[in-house]
Amino acid sequence: MNLEEKIKAIRSSLEEDCSKVSSSNQLQELKVKYLGKKGFVIELTKNMQNLSIDEKKMVGKYANEIKSEVIKKLEEMEQSLKEKELNEKLKKDVIDPTLPATKIKVGSKHPLTKVREEVENLFVSMGYDVVSGPEVEEDHYNFELLNLPKEHPARDAQDSFYITEELLLRSQTSPVQARTMLKNEKKEPIKIICPGKVYRRDEDDATHSHQFSQIEGLVVGENVSLADLKGTLTIFAKKLFGEARTIRFRPSYFPFTEPSYEVDISCFKCGGSGCNICKQTGWIEILGSGMVHPNVLNACGYDAKKYTGFAFGIGIERVAMLKYGISDIRNLYTNDVRFLDTYNRVEGDQ
Amino acid sequence: MKLSRKFVEDYIALPKDISIKDLAEAMTKVGNEYESAKRLSSATNIVVGKVIECIDHPDSDHLHVCQVEIKEGEIRQIVCGAPNVRAGILVMVALPGAKLPGGIEIKKGVIRGQESNGMICSLSELGIESKYQSEEDKTGIHILDDDAPIGTDALVYMGFDDEVIDFELTANRADLLSMLGMAYEIGAIYRLPVKLPDTKVQKEVEDISNYLSLHVETKNCPLYLARMVKDVKIMPSPKWMQMRLIACGIRPINNVVDISNYVMLEYGQPLHFFDYDTLGNEIHVRMAQKNETLTTLDGKERKLCEEDIVIANRDRASCLAGVMGGLDTEVEATTQNVVIESAIFSPYHIRRTARNILRSESSSRFEKGLDPNRTYEAIDRACYLLEKYANATVIAGLIKHDTMEKNTKVITITQEKINQVLGLSLTLDSILDVFHRLSFETEVSGSTIQVTVPTRRLDISIEEDLIEEVGRIHGIDDLEEKLPLVSSKPGSYERKYEKEKQIKQRLESLGMSEVMTYTLTSKENLAMFTLDEFDPIVMQDPLAEDKMYMRYSILPSLLQVAKYNLARKNKDLALYECSDIYYLKDGKVQTKTYLAGLICGTVLENLWQHQKIKADFYYLKGIVENLLSYLGLANRYHFIVEKVPKEFHPYQSACITLDKDVIGYIGMIHPKLAKESIYVFEIDLDYIFEKRIRQIKDKEISKYPTIEKDLAFLVDRKVYVDDMIKTIQKASGKLLVNITVFDLYEGENIAEDKKSVAFRLTYQDVNRTLQEEEVMVLFHKTIEEVTKKHQAILRDK
Repeated sequence: MNLEEKIKAIRSSLEEDCSKVSSSNQLQELKVKYLGKKGFVIELTKNMQNLSIDEKKMVGKYANEIKSEVIKKLEEMEQSLKEKELNEKLKKDVIDPTLPATKIKVGSKHPLTKVREEVENLFVSMGYDVVSGPEVEEDHYNFELLNLPKEHPARDAQDSFYITEELLLRSQTSPVQARTMLKNEKKEPIKIICPGKVYRRDEDDATHSHQFSQIEGLVVGENVSLADLKGTLTIFAKKLFGEARTIRFRPSYFPFTEPSYEVDISCFKCGGSGCNICKQTGWIEILGSGMVHPNVLNACGYDAKKYTGFAFGIGIERVAMLKYGISDIRNLYTNDVRFLDTYNRVEGDQ
Repeated sequence: MKLSRKFVEDYIALPKDISIKDLAEAMTKVGNEYESAKRLSSATNIVVGKVIECIDHPDSDHLHVCQVEIKEGEIRQIVCGAPNVRAGILVMVALPGAKLPGGIEIKKGVIRGQESNGMICSLSELGIESKYQSEEDKTGIHILDDDAPIGTDALVYMGFDDEVIDFELTANRADLLSMLGMAYEIGAIYRLPVKLPDTKVQKEVEDISNYLSLHVETKNCPLYLARMVKDVKIMPSPKWMQMRLIACGIRPINNVVDISNYVMLEYGQPLHFFDYDTLGNEIHVRMAQKNETLTTLDGKERKLCEEDIVIANRDRASCLAGVMGGLDTEVEATTQNVVIESAIFSPYHIRRTARNILRSESSSRFEKGLDPNRTYEAIDRACYLLEKYANATVIAGLIKHDTMEKNTKVITITQEKINQVLGLSLTLDSILDVFHRLSFETEVSGSTIQVTVPTRRLDISIEEDLIEEVGRIHGIDDLEEKLPLVSSKPGSYERKYEKEKQIKQRLESLGMSEVMTYTLTSKENLAMFTLDEFDPIVMQDPLAEDKMYMRYSILPSLLQVAKYNLARKNKDLALYECSDIYYLKDGKVQTKTYLAGLICGTVLENLWQHQKIKADFYYLKGIVENLLSYLGLANRYHFIVEKVPKEFHPYQSACITLDKDVIGYIGMIHPKLAKESIYVFEIDLDYIFEKRIRQIKDKEISKYPTIEKDLAFLVDRKVYVDDMIKTIQKASGKLLVNITVFDLYEGENIAEDKKSVAFRLTYQDVNRTLQEEEVMVLFHKTIEEVTKKHQAILRDK
């Protein structure tokens, strides 16, 4: 066999051998067979002493060429074998991704807190301060400063828990208004909301709770008007119940505001055409509001001739019940974890 | 307050095309909400019929077969079961096709073989409440008077075609507790004039001063008027009057009593009628004496107090002023001479007495305040009606005690002020229009308006009240939406509340869900989970035993929530609540903000992978540590074994300290209180709110290798691992960067009172690679210190 034939033979033998390889061991054997000390490639360069320089060069060149060819081929083989073997190994680790996941437990906010914070965030973004006040309150702040003297008949509407003649569990968050106005010595303008718990002597049932929570709002300044109240509450209604909401004012009576208005929002379920939620009226009563009564302003050191203001009171339970469709107010205080879990998520789109 | 359409139409000509629903809606728009607006009876197709013949049903022991004339010459057979049906009476007949309240439709039928073409009705079947019915009416059909025209609409004849709106009025509108007040309000809405009732009697005789003398002995009766009529004839009042009373929710009694109620409904002024012959010739208005008694109309003996106002004769109390009359002086069937009282009493006292005795139509009007001019008008109106409907002879003259101011109020207001507050731009004319619609007189100069407010509107006394009227009657549907331009600074939270929010958020990310429970609690719960001696806040008039005190700890409520859930197989719980607690100190109210947490069941679980982390002491401790570190308090808190409240497991609990102060407790609930393993903590957040927290400061991270050393000690079980750690830290110094407990063993192969604790110590320097030799020096020093200090024995590896 001449050189060319020998090389050809090596090539075809390699092809054949490679096609049979199925493990690293076999590949190792091939390495020895072709590249080892007694391998086919070395064999080519044996007995070179009889050859001319030119011939030697030629054989050397061919031998090197075939050597790199073999190395390359074997490396490729090795690579593909490794991958194959790895794949075999991975195959054994197959899992069923549809098996149940590990339950990651992250706690949730109480629905009343969700509503409260949503309202707080809105008003803070409009420059309101969030202010708190005591739940055990003096009659003076809870009623008298708010234009509700002792014999006032409207006190009947708020049967309260008294501790002494002068001390009670606050029946509304409004006393915080009075406290804030009195505390402001320079009589600067005021923009506050006051969230918190309040208490009334009602027997607990599906729609009444002896403990509930309110968010009071108060703005006092020069030239504050009913139009400002309407604008503010419209933003509130849209934020909590959707962009399409409109509001309407219904004249009403609260001792601490004059004029006073009940505020209705257009029904978020039917859009105003009438349904069971809005009792076929298209409107849902949502809060009470009005222009701060001059007696309240004057009693709290703001000259009613110079300042006007508006105030509103939102029942957090009422908003939560409407927003989430909660039918029994007691559910909010029973804390069944299945109930609480429902609220462990972001708010939906309106 | 119920409004009868027929009643109010006496004073105002309401167009027929305004439906009762329209009227109710229009009233709502001006601030008067209503509960219902409907016909007195919703029945249809009811005619007056005459029973011509009535025989017993052949196949029944109680039914009758009647021949009823329902139109002249038209007779129908109707089967009727009423015991009082008989030939010759006039009745109300529901013809086939008639609809009765409750959705019943009358059809032709056959009852036990007898054809029946309609139904003879009882009042109940027409939807009239039984409290307005006579005993006969309650058990049978209603028999009409002989003048009822056969074939005509029986509902019209009876007045059941009246329409009624039931209003829920606001507390300020005392004037609307009368048909006249309603008439003025409706008049303002529809621009209609109000026509006042007749009060002029035909004939007056003698003089009242010959009969009566008045002695007002208390300042709590600023106005007292009395008139007299004699020779009244007690009988049923006219049907129309009875129907109006029924429409307004008052049961008719007899003509005299009905007139007193009728006038109250007209004017809002409650009247009281005394039988002159039992009252005597002196009227004393005075405060009751202590322990004085009075038997009221309902036959009950009432024990009075010095805060009750009474009307008395020379000897004794005859009437609880404004609330209820006395039985002795009641107008009865035999009464001949009547004293009429029209007065104003102190609202405060009436309110007090009514709360103790009975709240009535009368007392609620006194409580809200009355128009003194109407006190005069009402008493004359009563005389007029008694003369007309009770054959009374009216005695001339009026006995009076009057200390009330009756000056009309004049309020000055400007167009600018109205527009500024309402945010509208109304013209002077449209403002004046509102006042005129309300029948307020005005005088204008420039943009200043002087408004004279009638005395009936007790609720109006200042400018803002007039502004409200303009807003109400003009309407504010076209009000713009603006925003207040009072300050432009960022809104803020109070520091304490901001911290509270951070705490809540962290706890939620640690897997704890927020709950909200009641502040008011029972005596039993009040004493739980605290070692403090404190003065609790007690409700004067609690709703229930379990809502008597302001709670001093949140844990009893949390435990209750846990038990509620466990009973419903909600086994895995991780809950917290943050709430203020209240108590008294030296008579002053004190408050603290507490945080309580509870876990039980498993905290992480994957059953098919056999993974499970159970809630236990150390998991909860981890939550508390994580929270405190998050709040920047790492290295400032400890868990120490000191006395804890008895509700905790005595050997699985600890005090939590912050800068050496005890700020709360952590531990397992005592097995006596719960059969499940429940772990709780409670801390006083006020300690945390007060602490100054250092700013976050970057720390250099060492790039040099660490050297780890393990060691295990055999120590007495009573030795606290935390103390050993402190000793190790002290002995090893700054180069010790981490220490972990990687094994704890008690049991076989070691003495019963001993435990084996294994630590892994990690040494590192920020500036260089540590040499094994120098670490070994520290390591041996550490072993020596621990051995010495804790009587520990180093265990072989």
